[in-house]
Formats: sequence, structure tokens, C-alpha cells
Amino acid sequence: MIELLLQGVLLGGLYTLFALGLSLMFGVMRLTNTAHGDFIILAAFGALWLAALGLNPWLANVAVLPLAWGLGYCVQRYVLNQTLGKDPVPSLVVTFGLSIVIQNALLETFSADPRSIESHGLNTLSWALTDSLSVGVLPILILVIALLATLGLQWIFEKTRLGRAFRAVSDDPEIAELMGLRSKNIYALATAMAFVLIAVAGVLQGLRTTVAPADGPMLLLFAFEAVIMGGMGSFWGTLAGGMLLGVTQQLGFRFDPGWGVWAGHCVFLFLLLLRPQGLFPKTR
Amino acid sequence: MFPGDSNIVLHTRDLKAFYGDAQALFGIDFEIGKGQAIAIIGANGAGKSTFLKALAGLVKVQATAVNWKGQDIGGRLPSEIVRLGLALVPEGRRLFPSLSVQENLMMGSESQRKGPWSLERLFNLFPILQEKRHQPSTSLSGGQQQMVAIGRALMSNPELLLCDELSLGLAPLVIREIYNALPEITAEGMSVVLVEQDVSLAQQMTQRLYCLQEGRVSLQGISSLLSREQISQAYFGQ
Repeated sequence: MIELLLQGVLLGGLYTLFALGLSLMFGVMRLTNTAHGDFIILAAFGALWLAALGLNPWLANVAVLPLAWGLGYCVQRYVLNQTLGKDPVPSLVVTFGLSIVIQNALLETFSADPRSIESHGLNTLSWALTDSLSVGVLPILILVIALLATLGLQWIFEKTRLGRAFRAVSDDPEIAELMGLRSKNIYALATAMAFVLIAVAGVLQGLRTTVAPADGPMLLLFAFEAVIMGGMGSFWGTLAGGMLLGVTQQLGFRFDPGWGVWAGHCVFLFLLLLRPQGLFPKTR
Repeated sequence: MFPGDSNIVLHTRDLKAFYGDAQALFGIDFEIGKGQAIAIIGANGAGKSTFLKALAGLVKVQATAVNWKGQDIGGRLPSEIVRLGLALVPEGRRLFPSLSVQENLMMGSESQRKGPWSLERLFNLFPILQEKRHQPSTSLSGGQQQMVAIGRALMSNPELLLCDELSLGLAPLVIREIYNALPEITAEGMSVVLVEQDVSLAQQMTQRLYCLQEGRVSLQGISSLLSREQISQAYFGQ
């Protein structure tokens, strides 16, 4: 039982990382990025590509982060900002289009083969906690990064001038402009941050297991479930949602290897029925 | 006040504004001097709020329609206009609900204009805000929220303060309290435009008065010299 919970929480750490970027973009812009999962996969392939160019593989994994920042800034500034407004449909259509473009571009460039980022044994390294219980070093690392990312985002939002600006443009972009902020620029910064989280998630996913061009929608679904179960607009909620999803899936896998993902969907739907606002909705 | 008076900080010439296809303002000529307080009165839908929004950049107008200290600023972004020294206290206060009182006030200093206004000075003006500075802005009473909205605008150290219906939804006693703070606010030469529903209050607080009717100026003059009859005719039309 303890092992089950532990494995679930470790998996939840990964799902939290998948979900934080989505949560951030939704929180600031009320924008649902349906290409979120594909950008995660794109980041993993970005790291693979940099390594194939001859860059040191560990350096490649880190070098993806500033690239993701730049890409996120440009995607928001030059594409997504034009889709924002009272009607959510334009942004859904555009990000859905981006999703298809990314999947097919990756398929064309890298083929459909699953690949993984070389971890030099990190993905098989484990700590024996007791005689019968051991945990992987990489999943622990992922969990720690997920916790730090949640804590960091919460800190930025609550304590910094940028975070205050994020909350202000989220509340009322018109009045925020009146204060001297350029809301479109603030949006671009938010997406840039979200894309760094996306890149972290992508690289860790590539290190942990394999990535293939068609994996994106599945990752989007997990991220989406974590965000909605946690309650939109709260990073602690997203963490809780990620954990809940991880534990549920582990529980499902325990019954039958084919049931894990399905169990996650079931709990998601169940929670949606009982508590559509999520576990920790932001009180407004 | 005469045209060409060097004291004029802002004037509008033939200012027209539209909401989509609907025209809201039909050529407003307006001017305000340094340190002056001017009232704009008029019935609902006369275009008072639209006029203030046009000055602040929230409603797009022709470049030459608004002139600030010799510079055409019509149609510029609100974020640029606040840096020039115009600040709007919007109708209905429009505080940021997820920010605390102090954070709301700090948003006013995002434009980074230098000047006399600081958190300390605001807390001296409205002591209740200091007491409640860490509370969510939504937990305040209407009058206190209006103080935050005024304070937030003052934090940008404006030379011209545009106030849109400060008294909206407030009790008479609270309205008094807020208007009592105005002389201190304007003591250092700040100009103020007050959009106000309460005509006698508007007359008391200002030197000059404009009455708008259906997007046009129907009356203007020295606030204290305008008679009830003149105003009510300009207000309601024939």
C-alpha cells in the first residue's frame, strides 16, 4: 500500500509538471492551449536534436529552456495575442491547428519512432528504502522539481511585481493598461514562463521514458485532468490534481495494466460531477 | 479662461468618439487649466464617461482631438497616456479583486512617474487604508474602495486627475468624506475633471462646469454663476 502511494505520488510529480504550464496560461489569460502536450513533445525532440547536432547531451537538455522561453514569448506575442477576447473559440482553433502542425512536422522530421533522451543510467538508478521498497532516483528528482516549480510559481505570483502584474491583467486587462502595463507584453511573459515549464516537463519525460510525435494529445489530457481536478487558477490545486491523478492511475495499474489511465479518467469524471469547481478553486 | 491661455494643460477640439457604428460624442471642445477643477454633468448616456475614457485612451479618437501641453495625444495607448500624467479613476472603481489594498495602490506606480505621492502620503490622506492594507480589496466598503481607486490613480503622480462618478452608489456622508479630501489632493496644482451626477456638489467643488447632452456640450460656464434653470434646461433639453 505504501509503495503504491509512493509510486502514485512520484507519477503525480510528473503530471504536475505537465500541468503547471497549462495552469499558468489559463490563470493569466483564460487561454486553453490545446497544443500544450505537443509542445512538451517538441521540447523533448528539441533536446534530442541539439544533442544530435553535437552538443553535450546534458547541456542540450538545459539549452532547450532558454529556447522555449523565446518560443513561448513569440508564440504569444505574434500568434495567440491575436486570438484573445471574450470568445474562447479562436484561441482553441488556433492552438488546435498548432497541435496538428507540430505533430506532423515532428513526424516528417524525426519519423514515428519513439525515442528517449540518453540519461546515462539515471533512469534505472534507484534507492533502496527498505529491503522490499526502492524508489527510482529520476522519479524522485522529477517530484522535487515539480514541488519547487509549484512553490516558485506561487511565490512569483504572490510576492513579485511581475506576479502582481499577472494577477492584475488576469482580473481586468483594460484597467491594467490604464496603470501603464502593456497587457500583451505581460501575456507574452506568462507564456514564456509556461513554455520553460513545458520544456522541463518534456526533457524529463524524454529521460524517464520514450517520446513519439503522436504522444502530445495524451499528455495534454493528463495535464488537463490535473488542472481541472485541482481547480483552475491555483498552482497548489494543480499540484493536488497531479497527485490525485498519479495515485489513481497507479491504483488502476495495480489491478490491471490496462486500467491505469482509464481509472484516472474515471476519477476525473467522477470529481467533475461531484465538484465541478475542482478541489482548490481560486476564490474570487 | 480664454483660448490661447498659456495655463491650459489640456484641450480637446471637435472630439468625436464611436462605439462600433454608434457615435457617442459629436465634437466636444473642452479645456482645462493648471490647478483647475472642472465638472462635467449630464444625464445618463450623455457621453460623460466616454469623454473621460477618450482622454485616458480607453476609447480611440483622432490624434488631433486631444492636446496635452501642446502635444497631440488622441488615440494613444492608455499605458502611454498615464506616463504623460493623466490618470483616470474609472466609473464603478474597477479595483483588481485578486489584489490586496496595498497591491492595488502599488499598481498605480507601475507607470513610474516621479512626484509627491507615495503609500505613506496616501495612508495619511486615508488612514483607514493603512489599517486595511493587507486585506483583499473586495472586503472593503464602497467608500473605502473608492478611496483605493483614487489612491491608485494618485500613485501615478498625475498632473490631471479624471474622476468618473466618485459618488456612485455611496451614502451622502461617505461622499462628503471623499470630496473633503479633494482640496488636499489638488493643493499642489493638480488639475481635476469631475464627472458627477450630483449637480450642486459639482457646482461647489469646481470653478467651471460643462453640461453634456446627447454627446454635445449643451452648456458651459463658471460653476457658481450658473442658475438652476440654465442647468436643468441644458441637462434635460427642450
